[in-house]
Amino acid sequence: MRSARVSPSLLPGFGPALGVTLLGLSLVVLAPLAALLATSLRGSPRAFLEAVSTPRVVAAMQLSFLLSFAAAAVSTLLGLLLGWVLVRYRFPGRRLLDALVDLPFALPTAVAGITLTTLYAPNGWLGRPLAALGVPVAFTPLGIGVALVFLGLPFTVRTLQPVLASLDPEVEDAAASLGAPRLATFRRVVLPEILPSLLTGSTLAFARGLGEYGSVVFISGNMPMKTEIAPLLVMTKLEQYDVAGATALATVLLVASFLLLLVLNRLEAWAARSGR
Amino acid sequence: MTSRPGQLLRLAAALAAAVAALLAIHSASGRAASPSATAEILNVSYDPTRELYRDVNAAFAKAWKEKTGTTVTVRMSHGGSGKQARAVIDGLQADVVTLALAWDVDVLADRGLVRPGWQARLPHGSTPYTSTIVFLVRAGNPKGIRDWSDLARPGVSVVTPNPKTSGGARWNYLAAWGSALKSGKGEREARDLVAGIFRNVSVLDTGARGSTTTFLQRGLGDVLLAWENEAQLALAETGRGGVEIVVPRSSILAEPPVTVVDAVVDRKGTRALAEAYLLFLYSPEGQALAARHHYRPRLPGAAAKAGRAFPAVATFTVDELFGGWRAAQKKHFDDGGVFDSLFATR
Amino acid sequence: MGGEVRPVSAPRQREPRAVRGLLIGLALLAIALFLLLPLAAVFVEAFRNGAGAWLAAVTEPDARHALKLTLLVAAIAVPVNAAFGLAAGWALGKFRFPGRSLVLTLIDLPFAVSPVVAGLVFVLLFGRSGFLGPWLADRGVEVVFAVPGIVLATVFVTFPFVAREIVPLMQSQGTDEEEAARGLGAGFFTTFLRVTLPNVKWALLYGIVLCGARAVGEFGAVSVVSGHIRGATNTLPLHVEALYNEYAFQGAFAAASLLTLVSLATMVAKALVSRRAGEEAP
Repeated sequence: MRSARVSPSLLPGFGPALGVTLLGLSLVVLAPLAALLATSLRGSPRAFLEAVSTPRVVAAMQLSFLLSFAAAAVSTLLGLLLGWVLVRYRFPGRRLLDALVDLPFALPTAVAGITLTTLYAPNGWLGRPLAALGVPVAFTPLGIGVALVFLGLPFTVRTLQPVLASLDPEVEDAAASLGAPRLATFRRVVLPEILPSLLTGSTLAFARGLGEYGSVVFISGNMPMKTEIAPLLVMTKLEQYDVAGATALATVLLVASFLLLLVLNRLEAWAARSGR
Repeated sequence: MTSRPGQLLRLAAALAAAVAALLAIHSASGRAASPSATAEILNVSYDPTRELYRDVNAAFAKAWKEKTGTTVTVRMSHGGSGKQARAVIDGLQADVVTLALAWDVDVLADRGLVRPGWQARLPHGSTPYTSTIVFLVRAGNPKGIRDWSDLARPGVSVVTPNPKTSGGARWNYLAAWGSALKSGKGEREARDLVAGIFRNVSVLDTGARGSTTTFLQRGLGDVLLAWENEAQLALAETGRGGVEIVVPRSSILAEPPVTVVDAVVDRKGTRALAEAYLLFLYSPEGQALAARHHYRPRLPGAAAKAGRAFPAVATFTVDELFGGWRAAQKKHFDDGGVFDSLFATR
Repeated sequence: MGGEVRPVSAPRQREPRAVRGLLIGLALLAIALFLLLPLAAVFVEAFRNGAGAWLAAVTEPDARHALKLTLLVAAIAVPVNAAFGLAAGWALGKFRFPGRSLVLTLIDLPFAVSPVVAGLVFVLLFGRSGFLGPWLADRGVEVVFAVPGIVLATVFVTFPFVAREIVPLMQSQGTDEEEAARGLGAGFFTTFLRVTLPNVKWALLYGIVLCGARAVGEFGAVSVVSGHIRGATNTLPLHVEALYNEYAFQGAFAAASLLTLVSLATMVAKALVSRRAGEEAP
C-alpha cells in the first residue's frame, strides 16, 4: 500500500489541481508567514537574539513549553482512560459521552476561557472547594494547565480510539491463556501497539497548547515571570509598539510549530507502519 | 454504495446561495438610509469609557441632527489604550481617538497620523475631563487601607492591570510613585514603595476592565487600584454592598486626551464632523454627561448640575513630577525600564 | 483526528468487574468535571436572569450584527477551504511527486501556528505600515480592521481541516476506480463527480463540519485583525469578550450560549457523519 507510486499518467488534472493547491497554500499560508520572517529579519541577528533572550521572554517561553508539555502528558493519560472505556466497555450513555469528547474542539476558545475562569475562580463552583483545600486554580500556572488539558483532550482520545478498536483481541487472549496477568498483557501487548498513536495524540495536544491564546488569557493571571504565556507576550509586545520584539517571539513560536509538525509526520508514518 | 453526485452539487449550490444572501444582507445593512443625510465616524477609545460614550454619542447625534439635519452614527471600538493606538497605526480608520494617556497620542503623532502640537488644539491640553486614581476595598475595609503606604504592607493583596499594556495601570503606578515624592520622600523610597506594592500583586490583567472583573466577580484581592470613574461604576454595579471606595491623601490628576486623527479625517472628508464631536465634549451638555459618568468635568458647575460631588484630593500632574509622558514612558515603562527591573529582582 | 472505527464484534470484557467499574467511574468523573460542568455553567449563567433576558441579549442589534458577520465569515471560509481541500486531495492523494510530503506539512502548518501569530502575519502584510498596506490604502482598499481581514484570518486558521480529512482517504483509495472510469471513456469532470466525489463525501462533510466549527469560534487570530468596532467588525466570539468586559456577564454568557449551541450541533453532525461513514465502509 505504501509502495512508491509514480504519477499515473492515465489520470488527468494533476497540473491544475496541484496549481490550485500551491496557489492557495502560497496566498493563505506562505505569503503571510514569509511577511513575518521578512519583518523579523529586518533587524540584525543580534537584535533578534536580544529580543528573544530577555528574562521575561525566556520565562514566558519556559512556562509555555513546560505547561503545554505537562498538560499534554495529563491529556494523554486521561485520553487513554477515556479511549479505553469508550472503546472496550458497553454501558448506557456511552455514545453521548463519546460525542461529548469533541466539546473542547468545537467550543470557541473565548467561551471556554470565560467558562473555565468562572468555574475555577476562588468563588466558582469548583474554585471555592479547591481554594478551601488550599489549591487555588484560576490565575495560577495550575489554571493554565487545566485549560490546556481541556483543550488537548479531544486530540488524544480521537487519535487513540481507532487504534484501540482495531487491536486484535486474539493476541490478548493468547497472552492471557499463557497465564500473563492482565496488567502485564496491557504493558507488553497493548501498549506497544498503541504507543505511536499515544505519542501522536500528545504531540497534537502539545502543539495546540503551545500556541493557545483564547482559552488561556482569561484564566492565567498574566503575571510577568509567573503566569505569562508566550502568545500573550506577543500580543503585549505588539501593544507596546515593539513590533520587532513581537515578530521575533512569533518567529520562534512559528519555528517550534514547524518542528513539531515534522515530528508529527514521523510519528504518523510510524503509526501507519506499526498499525498494519 | 450508491454514488450521489447530485446531492453534493446541491449542497454546493446551497452554500453558494447562502454566501450570496449573506453578502447581500451585509452590504445592504451598510447603507441604511439615503447617503446624503447620513454620516459616520469612528471613535477609537480605551476600556472604561464604554458607558460614557454610549450616552455622549446619542446626545451628539441628536444635537447634530437638530443643527444640520444629518443623521450621524458614531461607531465605537474599545480596548486597552496602547492596543488601540497600535491598531490605529496599523490602519484602523479612526476619525477621533479618545485614549487613556497622552503618550499613546504622541506615538500617533510620531507616525504622522496626528499633527505635532495636537495638545494645543483643544482647551486644557486636549483633555476635556479628568479623573484620579482611588482604591476600591472590601466592605468595612477589613485591612484598614487608608493611603498608598498601606498597599505595600505584607499580607495586603493588590489588584491592578499591567502597566505595560494598560493606560490606567500606568496612571496607578505613577500615582503611587508621585505620592511618595509628594510626601517629601526621594526617588529611592518611591521605588521601594512601588516595588512593595507590585510584590503584593497576584493578578496582572491586560486591561483596567479585566482587573475590575477579577476583583469584583472573582473575589480576588483586598484592594483594587482603579480610575475614580471605574471605581464608582463598580460601586453602582455591585449595588453598594460588597465594596467601598477609599480616597488616598494625594493622587495623580489623570488627564485622558482626545484628538482628531488628521490622516484619516482628511482622507475621508470628515474633519468638520470629527472636530464638532470633540468640541461637544467641552459643551455644557457633554461636560454634564462626563460628570454623570464620574469623570471630573473641566467646566465649573457641570458636576453640580449633574448631581455629582467629587471628593477633594490633593492631585499632582505627570508634567509636574515626571517631566511629561514621554519622559515617564521612557524611564519607567519601556523595555528595560524601572517597571521591568521590579520584576527582574524577585 | 480520525473518525471512529467500530469493531465488528462486541468487544470482550476481560478486566475483573471491580476494575471495569472503577475505570468507567473514573472516566465518568473526568467527563463530568472536564466537559459537562463547563457546558452546564454556560447555560446556567446565560439564563441566570431568565429566558427574557437571554432573548433580549441575543436579539439586540450589536449581537445580531455580530452573529451575521460570524455566519458570513464562515460561509466564505468553509467553501473556500472545501474547494481547496478537494484540489489538494486530487493532487496529493492521487499522485506522487517529489516535495509532496513538504506540501502536506505546510498545509498542516496553520493548525500548529498560534492564533496570535496568525493574526499578526496579516497585520504585517496588510497593515498601514505592512508590505502591501500602503499600496492597498492608496486604492482605498481596507483589509485589516475590516471584514476582508477577518475572512483571511479565518481561512488561514481553518485551512488544514478539509484537506487533512480528504488527502489520506484519497490516497488509500488509490486510482483504480478513476482509471477504470477513464478507460470507459469518461471525461475528467464526470470521473471526478461520479467516482471520486462520492467516495470521499463523508470525509468531505466531516472536514466541513470541523472547518465550520473553527470558523465560527475563532477568537485569537480574529481578535488581532478585527479592530473591535461595535456593530461593524465584532464577530460573535469578540462580542462575547466585549460584553464580558462591560460587566454584562449574563449577556456575555447568552451570546456564548449561542456559540455553544453551534458547537453542540457540530458534535451531533460529527457523530452522525462518523456513523454513516462507518456504516457505508466496506
